[in-house]
Amino acid sequence: MDALQAIVGRWVSREMLLFLLVLVTLPIWIEPFGLYQYLGVEIVIWMIYGFGFNLLLGYSGLPSFGHGAFFGIGAYAFGLFQVQIFENLLLGIMGAVAASFVAGAIVACFLSHRRGIYFALMTIAFGQVFWFIAIKWHALTGGEDGLLNIPRPALEVAVTSVGLGSNVALFYFALSVLAVVIVVLWRLVHSPFGKVLQAIRQNETRARFVGYNVWLFKWAAFSLSAAIAGLAGSLFSMAQQSAYPDVMSLHASGIIVMMTLIGGGFVSFWGPAIGVAVYFLARDVLGTMTETWLLWFGLLFVLVVLFKPEGIAGAWQQYVGTGSHRRVASLFRLGRK
Amino acid sequence: MALFEAHGIHKRFGHQVVLEQINLSFESNQLSGVIGPNGAGKTTCFNVLTGRFKPDRGQVLFDGEDITGLAPNGIARRGISRSFQIMSLFDEYSALENLLIALPEVRKRGFSMMRRLDADSEAADRASCVLARVGLAGSEHRRAGDLAYGERRSLEIGVALAAEPRLLLLDEPTSGLGADATARLAELVRSLKSDYSIVVIEHDMRFLFDLADTISVIHWGQVIASGTPEALRENKWVRRSMLGRVE
Repeated sequence: MDALQAIVGRWVSREMLLFLLVLVTLPIWIEPFGLYQYLGVEIVIWMIYGFGFNLLLGYSGLPSFGHGAFFGIGAYAFGLFQVQIFENLLLGIMGAVAASFVAGAIVACFLSHRRGIYFALMTIAFGQVFWFIAIKWHALTGGEDGLLNIPRPALEVAVTSVGLGSNVALFYFALSVLAVVIVVLWRLVHSPFGKVLQAIRQNETRARFVGYNVWLFKWAAFSLSAAIAGLAGSLFSMAQQSAYPDVMSLHASGIIVMMTLIGGGFVSFWGPAIGVAVYFLARDVLGTMTETWLLWFGLLFVLVVLFKPEGIAGAWQQYVGTGSHRRVASLFRLGRK
Repeated sequence: MALFEAHGIHKRFGHQVVLEQINLSFESNQLSGVIGPNGAGKTTCFNVLTGRFKPDRGQVLFDGEDITGLAPNGIARRGISRSFQIMSLFDEYSALENLLIALPEVRKRGFSMMRRLDADSEAADRASCVLARVGLAGSEHRRAGDLAYGERRSLEIGVALAAEPRLLLLDEPTSGLGADATARLAELVRSLKSDYSIVVIEHDMRFLFDLADTISVIHWGQVIASGTPEALRENKWVRRSMLGRVE
């Protein structure tokens, strides 16, 4: 029993169980709150996106303002796979992950020797390139209309087949993907690899001088993060049953940065989840009260950056007294290279 | 042959010639000193020797291997480890984590993604040993950024030591320290002398003249003299350039 507990303990933390428990019960209580099932699907998908993004922003200190590109590539790749090749859920997802990984890996080759503001500017440039391709390559992507009528293939486990047509079914499928992503990323950030990434964020020069090939680590972090964005994108195209260039725009790429920062991705593993939840609740709750909800959300972002750059998670840590007093300098530090 | 040799190193930034015909050689199991006034090119020299800058001309040999122009991580992997004059730590990490990251055994599995680093008690033990060696036993879990200045200077050396170097380069280890702390640091460096081949850059002459086996004097981007501390005391160039001010 103890041995089992030890093994479970190595893979799963208490926060993780609590977090997943809240989400598992979400379809039961979301409607009584006046919200709707599809919101849960969206939240879970963006959480996957956020956790992957934070590997780059919070852990490696690399601000990408073009990550929507990889989310979009995942969405298109999944859609094209279903429509052009054949309908299969898991193969489609794997194809989407592979496509966004490859795209990320190529882009990372041009980025990995940069840091700070130069890195950020390059990500914007590449993000725009992919967005432009998505709009202009009509034959492949359907241009501004996007790919329509993307099916939600059934999940086939052994001999049974589970349809994902309903939003609740899709929610639970996306949630299981999220659970896997969280467990894997949790291990990753505590592994030597994750520790080196954080060391690079804190002091790239020293990391190089103790013998790390910083370029390769940044490259790997970027590519992995792009792959996870693509994974989220594939689920998003199922949720929307379409894929369109809007998610690749600079605006959409900015939102994931905003979510991660507001939530507190720099100081907490859970930061992106908090940020995503706050964003969607603001959209749907504030949104019913005022059309200008994004203005208020933007104002919240400004306040957070000005007064509490560690985000909501940072404020919470300070409140309960476990604050790590980490300085959130990486994004705001203007790199020299 | 010496453990480390630099031949005819030349480095320019724009029109500014910073290093001109630098020849240095450091023997193993010795403590070699490099001294010179501020702006003489000492740190630039270290930066060229450890791969931060490529020399315009010249050759750097480590244990017979040509390492000229290699990247810093390549040079570090070959066993040359350095500390920095301007403190360069992983400030958000604990003292222990700073050393863990620098351990060769951790570096070798830097791409291991699924095993927890903090569950590796062997590595932690080794890092603790290094921490004790630089006089920071008991500070394992304090954040590097929260340590006192003198402790940070010791940790700076600790990070370089954790890499288990064959040659340890210390760039002004006493920079910014008061007299007491400088004395403590001198003790630390002296205690390392028996186990490591060390090169120390200093402009604190007394510190080096007490510790070093041989000293090279850099001024105006050139090595103007080298020899044992006793011999250098008699050298008229050295006396004229700076020793007179100290003694």
